[in-house]
Parts: sequence; C-alpha cells; structure tokens
Amino acid sequence: MELRTQPFMVNIGPQHPSTHGVFRLRVIFDGETIVDLEPVFGYLHRGLEKLGEGRTYTQCLTLTDRQDYLSAMNNNLAYVLAVEKLGGIPVPPQATQVRVLVSELQRIASHLFAIGAFINDLGAFFSPFMYMLREREKITDLFEMLCGQRLTHNFLRIGGLSHDLPPEFMPALRALIDSMPRFIDEYDQLLSDNEIIWARSKGVGVLPRDLAINASASGPVLRGSGVAWDLRQADPYLNYPQFQFDIPIGANGDAYDRFRVRLEEMRQSVRIIKQAMESLPGGPVMTPDVNLALRLPKGEAYAHVESPRGELGYYLVSDGSINPYRFKVRAPSFINLTTLRELCLGWKLADAIVILGSIDIVLGEVDR
Amino acid sequence: MPTLERVSTKETRIGAGLGILKGMLVTFKHLFRAPFTVPYPEKRLPLPRRFRGYEFVWSRERCTVCLTCAKACPHGVIRIQSRLAPPESQWQAEKFEIDIGLCIFCGLCVESCPYDAIFMGTQFELANYQRGGLVRGIEKIQYNPATSRASDYSEHPPLEPGRLLLPKQ
Ligand code: SF4
Ligand code: SF4
Repeated sequence: MELRTQPFMVNIGPQHPSTHGVFRLRVIFDGETIVDLEPVFGYLHRGLEKLGEGRTYTQCLTLTDRQDYLSAMNNNLAYVLAVEKLGGIPVPPQATQVRVLVSELQRIASHLFAIGAFINDLGAFFSPFMYMLREREKITDLFEMLCGQRLTHNFLRIGGLSHDLPPEFMPALRALIDSMPRFIDEYDQLLSDNEIIWARSKGVGVLPRDLAINASASGPVLRGSGVAWDLRQADPYLNYPQFQFDIPIGANGDAYDRFRVRLEEMRQSVRIIKQAMESLPGGPVMTPDVNLALRLPKGEAYAHVESPRGELGYYLVSDGSINPYRFKVRAPSFINLTTLRELCLGWKLADAIVILGSIDIVLGEVDR
Repeated sequence: MPTLERVSTKETRIGAGLGILKGMLVTFKHLFRAPFTVPYPEKRLPLPRRFRGYEFVWSRERCTVCLTCAKACPHGVIRIQSRLAPPESQWQAEKFEIDIGLCIFCGLCVESCPYDAIFMGTQFELANYQRGGLVRGIEKIQYNPATSRASDYSEHPPLEPGRLLLPKQ
C-alpha cells in the first residue's frame, strides 16, 4: 500500500532552545522531510540603526556592544575603525596592538560558544558546552580586568582605548595562552573523531562554493565551503600583516567542516595572540584631543573587520553634526542566515537544527 | 598570498566506536579535576579593580553641576537640578538622580566627569521590588566613608571630602 502524506506546517520557535535566541523557523514538512523553510526574525529588533542617528559618536559605541553580544569587542572595533577613517583620527601603536589582542581573544571566546552550542544541537547534552564555557569564562575574566564588564565591554574608544592594560593582565593572559592549546587539543580529541558527530554532521547541509559566494556569506560559513577569504589577510586592518597565521578552510562545505574551521581558527588566534603579546610597543593608548561630542567632517566611510561570524561592517554617513546621519551595519550572521533555506531543503527536522547551529547566528545581530 | 590549511584532509580513518572512546577518555579525566565553579551566594569571587557596577558614588564637594555626565550618558539616565547656594554663590546640586533601571553601566558618565566627582560602584545585585526603588537620589549615591564602595574604573583620585580639585586636563 502506498503511504499518502500531506504537507504539514510547523513553527519552530520563537521560544525554542535550539533556535539560539528568539528566532522562528516556519517549516513545511512532508512526513519528516523539509520541503520548505522560511526564517522569521525581528523578535529582538530594537532599532539600533535608528537609535544611533540620535546619539553622539561616542554614545553609539554602547549600541555596537549590543548587536553581536558574543563578540562585543569586534563590534566596537569595526565601529571605531569606521569613525577613525571618516575623521582621520590617529591611533597610538599600543592601542592598535591591544585591539588585535582583544579581538583575537574575543574570537576564541565566541568560537568556543559557537562550537559548544553546535555540539549541544547535535544532542550532546551540555557536557562539551560546559567544558567550553569554562575556558570562555577565563577570557571574560580577562575582559573584566580590562574594562570592568564581561559581555558589553565598551572598551575601545574613538582614537584608542578607554584604559591601558592593568599590571595584572599580562600574567593572566600568558597563563591562559599557555594552557589554551592543551584545551583546544582536548576538544579536538573529544569531538573531532566522534562517530556520532560524523554521522550527524558530515555531508549535512552542504553549502556549495558558488552558492556561498553568491549569497555573500562570510566567515567560517564561507571558509567551510573552501573559499579562503579572511579580511585579516584579504583587506588587512590594524597590524595584522605583521603576524603569521593560516586561514583554515573546509573541503566539503558541510556542517562538520564549519565546525572544524572554527576549531582550527582558535588555534590560529592563539598563534596571533602569542605574537602580539611579545611585541607590545607600550606608550599611550589614547589620542589626546578627541572631543566627547566629536564632530566629523561631511562624508561617508565604511570599515569592516573579520568578526567571528564573518565580515562585519559599519557604514557611517556624516553631515557635519555631532550625530551620524546614517548608521548602517552589515551584520554577518544576518547574511549567512539567507543560505539557510537552501541548506535545509530535503533534510529532516533534527538536521535543520544542526545546520542552524553550524551557521552560528546571534540574534542580537540578525535583528539589530 | 594567504596560506591555507585544509581541515578535512586531516581525516583519520579509525574503527567504529574508537572515536567515541577517545572522547570518553576526556570526559573521564574531568572526574579528577577540581571544580571550576563556586557556590555563589555563600562564596564570592574577588571583583576586579575596574568593575563597573551598581550604586554610583558621587561627591557633593567635588561636583560643580557642570552636567557633563548627564550629556555623556547615552540614555539620558542622569537627571540633575541645580541651584545657586546663597552664602558663597556656588552652584549646588539640588537633585542628582540616576535611574539604575535604564542605566547600562557603560561608564561614559564617570569617564567624562572633569572634576572626578562620580565613581562606578562595586555591587551587582540590583533586584528591587519597585521600579521607583531603582531611581537612586542624592541620599543614596552621596559619598559616605562608612558605606560607599567605589570602583577604580576611572582611576579618579580617591575621595577626600572637603578638598576641591582642579579639573583634569
Ligand atoms: S560631570 Fe561630574 S562635576 Fe559635572 S555634574 Fe556630573 S558629577 Fe558633577
Ligand atoms: S553608566 Fe552609562 S548609562 Fe549609566 S548613567 Fe553612566 S553614562 Fe548613563
């Protein structure tokens, strides 16, 4: 006898533990197979771009923290780079180097969270996630030492940093960086050869190279598909050209490759931090006469950085007043999310959760 | 030229179940490690010196009611009313309120104060039964040597009541 099925619509989210925030997937199933999928977002929309138009350039910094809250330092960085580009504001060398340090630390912290949540989505209930949060905790402790907050740092300033490194920072960083490769090896041992993880994520959600490029995906999603595109080397900012590091890329573009790319990127970040630690130039961390109510010349600027999720860009238009005329964010996880439908079609419900986890979205950034 | 590393080619072929055993070994090792967590309300971790927290500390002696902090605040959380105090004709704060419910602890007010009059606090337990209780007025935030615990976030000179300071350069 032939089984007759009819399409069936299911809402996953907005309050669902595997959607990584308030995010809804409207999925049409045939049996358990996905025939159509539509991401519905906007539940966390706070209108940050519009709010930015009513704030001074310094005050806008506090909005950038709250977009991608898992990598607030990178958001701060992209924004201050855009303002500094527009205003031609110099940055002292010590501040530049510390910016490299904190943005790489943030990358490790964010990838730890991403991998942990991804493994959680595969069904490994919280043990690996907790191991990773333990190391992430050490990094947030370091950030707390620097600027007094763990999540929304507000540490970078236009023209430098809010503070220099405290004396207790370097020993703590050294201890962390010395132990970090051991922990990354441990995760590698725990996860990379695990047959269940292979079965669940190898070949699942394959993002072909050309589709990744056409969808203007970036970050580990793009690199997992085998495209070696990393803004730190493709369009260097800060003093990344001074440092030796590799760009890990995947071969198949499946969920497993994206996970492995993140794991390898943490190793590369440790490499960068080691080099940056040895060559801290010292000296002031702030350009002296940056006004609190800064007036930028008329014009526009776009600055982008490689955030843990991809190309994060800030586009600012100034009309000569103390507020930006336009404050636009290119949010990487929002753009990476556009590939979700193509990745999920034909897979089962449980695979859709894995694919969503492997894209690593942060809803604060998707909805803004 | 970027250097590449293909992550998937490193793939090792091992028999079914061995990978899981390898992972289990890691989990097993954790049995013998000291716990990383602390039982929170009984035990507390030391706070860093630059902690940005609850209950601002404000010095009436230092404050000249210049309103820089209120203008620096991204959310307009600080409300100040001033009056000309008769004997020496100085501006004095009549009302200095910080609505903690809206404050995001960004520290911009503290950093911007030219007279080092306001400090971040060092507490983080800010639950309250009423919203009004989160609006902290002068009597709550004014510097009191016995109870105030200011953080060193802004690296202002420590409070010594009665001494007037020149503005920072
Ligand atoms: S900036 Fe300082 S001196 Fe001016 S009103 Fe605020 S606390 Fe008082
Ligand atoms: S910490 Fe930030 S939000 Fe809070 S009162 Fe100061 S400037 Fe306003």
